[in-house]
Amino acid sequence: MKKMVALLLVLAMVFALAACGGSGNTEKPKTDGDVQGQQTEDVQGQQADDAGDAADVVKIGVFEPSTGDSGAGGKQEMLGMQYANQETPTVEVGGKTYKVELVPADNGSSTDKAPTAAAELVSQDVALVLGSYGSGVSIAGGPTFEEAGLAAIGVTCTNPNVTAGNDYYFRICFLDPFQGTVLANFATEKFGAQKAYLLGEVGNDYDQGLLTFFEQAFDGEVVKDSFPTNTSDFSTYINKAVSEGCDVIFCPVSIAYSTQIVKLAADMGLEIPILGSDTLDSNMVLEAASGSNVQLYVSTFYQEGGSPAFDEGFKAYLNSDATAMTNNGGNDTIAAVSAMGYDAYYVALEAMKAAGSVDAAAVKAALPGVTYTGVSGAIAFDETGDAIRDTAYIKVADTANNTWALETQQTAK
Amino acid sequence: MIAQKKNKTGLFIALVVAAALLILAIVLENTLDPIKNTIFFTVLKKGAVYALVACSMNLLNGFTGLFSLGQAGFMLLGAYTYATLTIPMSAKDSVYYLYGGTVFRFSLPDLFGGADKPLGLILGVLLALVCAGIVAAAVAWLIGLPVLRLKSDYLAIATLGFAEIIRAVFQWDKLGPVTNGANALKSFPTFSSFNLKNASGEVTLRLSIFVAFLLAAICIALILLLINSSYGRAFKAIREDEVAAEAMGINLAKHKRLSFCISSFFAGVGGGMFAMFANQAQARNFTTAMTYEILLIVVIGGIGSISGSCLASFLYVAASEWWLRFLDKETTLTHIFGFDLDQPFKVPLLRNGFRMVVFSVVIMIVVLFFRRGLMGDKELPDVLRRFGAFCKRLFRRPAKKTGKGGEDNG
Amino acid sequence: MRYALSTLISGVSLGGQYALIAIGYTLVYGILRLINFAHGDVFMVAGLMMVYLSASLPLPLALVLMLVLTVVLGFAIERAAYKPLRSAPRMSVMISAIGVSYLLQNLATYVTGGLPQTYPTIPWLSRVAWGSVKWAAIVTPFLVVALVFALTQLINHTKVGMAMRAVAKDFETSQLMGIKINNVISMTFVIGSALAAVGSTLYFINFPSIVPLSGALPGLRAFVAAVFGGIGSIPGAVVGAFIIGISETIIKASPYSIFSDAFTFALLIVILVVKPTGLFGEKVTDKV
Repeated sequence: MKKMVALLLVLAMVFALAACGGSGNTEKPKTDGDVQGQQTEDVQGQQADDAGDAADVVKIGVFEPSTGDSGAGGKQEMLGMQYANQETPTVEVGGKTYKVELVPADNGSSTDKAPTAAAELVSQDVALVLGSYGSGVSIAGGPTFEEAGLAAIGVTCTNPNVTAGNDYYFRICFLDPFQGTVLANFATEKFGAQKAYLLGEVGNDYDQGLLTFFEQAFDGEVVKDSFPTNTSDFSTYINKAVSEGCDVIFCPVSIAYSTQIVKLAADMGLEIPILGSDTLDSNMVLEAASGSNVQLYVSTFYQEGGSPAFDEGFKAYLNSDATAMTNNGGNDTIAAVSAMGYDAYYVALEAMKAAGSVDAAAVKAALPGVTYTGVSGAIAFDETGDAIRDTAYIKVADTANNTWALETQQTAK
Repeated sequence: MIAQKKNKTGLFIALVVAAALLILAIVLENTLDPIKNTIFFTVLKKGAVYALVACSMNLLNGFTGLFSLGQAGFMLLGAYTYATLTIPMSAKDSVYYLYGGTVFRFSLPDLFGGADKPLGLILGVLLALVCAGIVAAAVAWLIGLPVLRLKSDYLAIATLGFAEIIRAVFQWDKLGPVTNGANALKSFPTFSSFNLKNASGEVTLRLSIFVAFLLAAICIALILLLINSSYGRAFKAIREDEVAAEAMGINLAKHKRLSFCISSFFAGVGGGMFAMFANQAQARNFTTAMTYEILLIVVIGGIGSISGSCLASFLYVAASEWWLRFLDKETTLTHIFGFDLDQPFKVPLLRNGFRMVVFSVVIMIVVLFFRRGLMGDKELPDVLRRFGAFCKRLFRRPAKKTGKGGEDNG
Repeated sequence: MRYALSTLISGVSLGGQYALIAIGYTLVYGILRLINFAHGDVFMVAGLMMVYLSASLPLPLALVLMLVLTVVLGFAIERAAYKPLRSAPRMSVMISAIGVSYLLQNLATYVTGGLPQTYPTIPWLSRVAWGSVKWAAIVTPFLVVALVFALTQLINHTKVGMAMRAVAKDFETSQLMGIKINNVISMTFVIGSALAAVGSTLYFINFPSIVPLSGALPGLRAFVAAVFGGIGSIPGAVVGAFIIGISETIIKASPYSIFSDAFTFALLIVILVVKPTGLFGEKVTDKV
């Protein structure tokens, strides 16, 4: 009897909390953005397979984090793919029309969950894989794809180790040595920086890699620091940067941490400019800086306005779907990772067309030769499978209007 | 006399089951479609690794009664030792690209002719795994000096602290040439390296699951032998009552240290195998959460039951990584049990993260209501024998046949 | 100088927040001999509840409701997960605590969808007073001292307090003396959760981003503080928390910031080995 009561209590607790959160979640977009009251039914389009033409379906695996530190970024990247999938739901390959279905698997932003998430995608018999946001998980999942002979297109994983030594991993974004150099040059040119404060998360190869590349390219003194995972007290680090007399702070950290750092900097009226990498290009970070005097610069893949047609369509998509809106952080600012996800989807379609088949091996064989001009620029692969890209956009946060403004376009020297 | 005979039949059954399983592993991996069943194979491999680690934890927590939460730390030591020793020379520079190479200018498989030759691969991997265990055991010995004097939860929290310290040290930038700092170690031989290939690089015989099972089975067999030896009886005596055990002439400090080091040895080997499974070794994976996962496996299987730990680890891995994954997907049903629905029915609650909620509720139910776990402190042969006796009475037939198909653990 | 001072202030305020969590650990451990691993997660859930409640309710109401709900949560956890195991070995209870912690974290992931949540801005307290120091940080130590004073009064001068002391001293005997053990234990969890709720408000005003794992680290550090000060002793927990908070901040300010957690645990191990009862703990004799 007592056991039953205890069991009921546990269940009641679970559902009370779940319900509490559920209601909170649906309320959020209403307060943050102007959504039409009714949400359109099932735009996800993932599971809605019509019984009629279920025969010709081609599956594309989406290897993205939707929980964990990078969950926010992974969701935004996935939004780009979902929008593209909604825009072009079919592909004609070898004279046959296939319905494209996105199969997501959450890698939880953690490298120990990545191999099983990757295996899950392989089991689903997908034609190729898109993702992931975050280099660590891509490196961890890579061998699973390689073993299965499945091609993967990295969307915004910028660490060189993703494609190096893995014939099956490709990517459509620039690399960290390039990004680090661009940012280091920018720091020198724009601020005449002599001393930089570098901050990253302990044990995160993305952060630590970028810090090292920045350090190598930077012409001056650096103070390097790492904070442990799940840190939330950043005041000590920022105070250190101030007291050391640094001219610029470089913190290429995931969204979960960058929002806190930027918010703190905004609250304390930090005068030192903050430089960020592609991960900081998120409207949540922007939100944290809004209304303050913080100087926030990020390097990224895409600047809103780069393709007006895409911007318009994507915003309409966000505004029509409450879930998508929530996943985008509650407003319709376009993150560069969404644009990259959008492009990645079309590169995948191009690859299937070029292969003339939806067979994984054929797609892989055709991928190196694929070229495509997307909203984020022209995409072609070099012999390691990296995109040949020499441009990064540097954006500055317009804290008064809560938008990004284009500062400059940087190319490698 | 009778007890001994019983023991022998138990051993025999265990051996037969283990051999049957190993053969089954080869057959399954080579007959099933390798693409469609990847998740199944992955679960089997991870299950084997976790089974070993859970057994090593059970040796300490279940049989010696020392509540330690340092398992992830020892796995980390094992994984890094294995990885640093087996990364081929040709890959070292690209792995340690941030530090311009490593201080380890050798690689065990290369010493025996390279990882692409059978001899180099087998000897190199085996030696590296043994080294992984030895390093973990050595560190355990050092840690044990101060820590093993502590009692129950103080011991737990101190070992947990040590695991965190080990992790911080391995992530330290200054040790980069050894540990590769924050970056993952990769490119070393994995389970898949054991697949036999022909000249053109096509896989002819898949052995990756077999190797994982074989390694785990050997280690678990060693643990079993230890538990059934006089040392094992001393461990159990300590678990039941320290004071009484000491009064019976058992050297407490020595036996506790022994148990701690041996458990860490196998945790280290398990860590090396985890690296083989995950294709990489990275310090940030070996967190307290991992220790908790293993602890929960031990509890679900039954504290003090090796076969329970094995069974539970496969169940745990399969449930969390595979069977419950559908709970994470937003699902809209258009037809149910063959009936078409007028309106698409969106299944409530299904959303990302629901899988883990359901999973943790299940775990809580096991912890609260099935406190003894799957097997209690019984072993599989005991259960099988009872089952066999039951069947004998039922069908008047020998028990062996029913025993064979019954279970899928080693 | 300015840097040193602001480091010191944030250290003291961090210590104060740890103190409020550490009291919960120390009270529960004193009575049940249980490391309540879920306590740090209760702290995190309190923060999340504030986020959701303040979205639809006025702030003062949300604050009160959050406090009440956290207390209910603490009470429910005790009744559901620990009470059925009262006669079970200590290890089972501890495992149950780990299970609850796992459940709360996964629930939080599910509810938030894995996205970090921003703590609401509280008027005045969220404002920056000086440098990077918020008013909340300045208020914290004083509030902690006041709460601890009230708590010691409660424990030393009321009937409930007397019962709690008696139960902590000897579980079985106090039961024989007619003390309703279950009520006393529930009371302990109620007090612990309420303090954790206050602590979470102060903590998340300072560091306004909540993820499902936000509670894990502060929880562990607070536990270390409780052990450091001598488990079962409230002044010990507070002093321990301030020491841990300040030393953590100082290490973060040094070039060895990566070892800030490692140092906390090293301190714990040294204390456990050298003086297992902590700074203020009473000596316990082992009974056969």
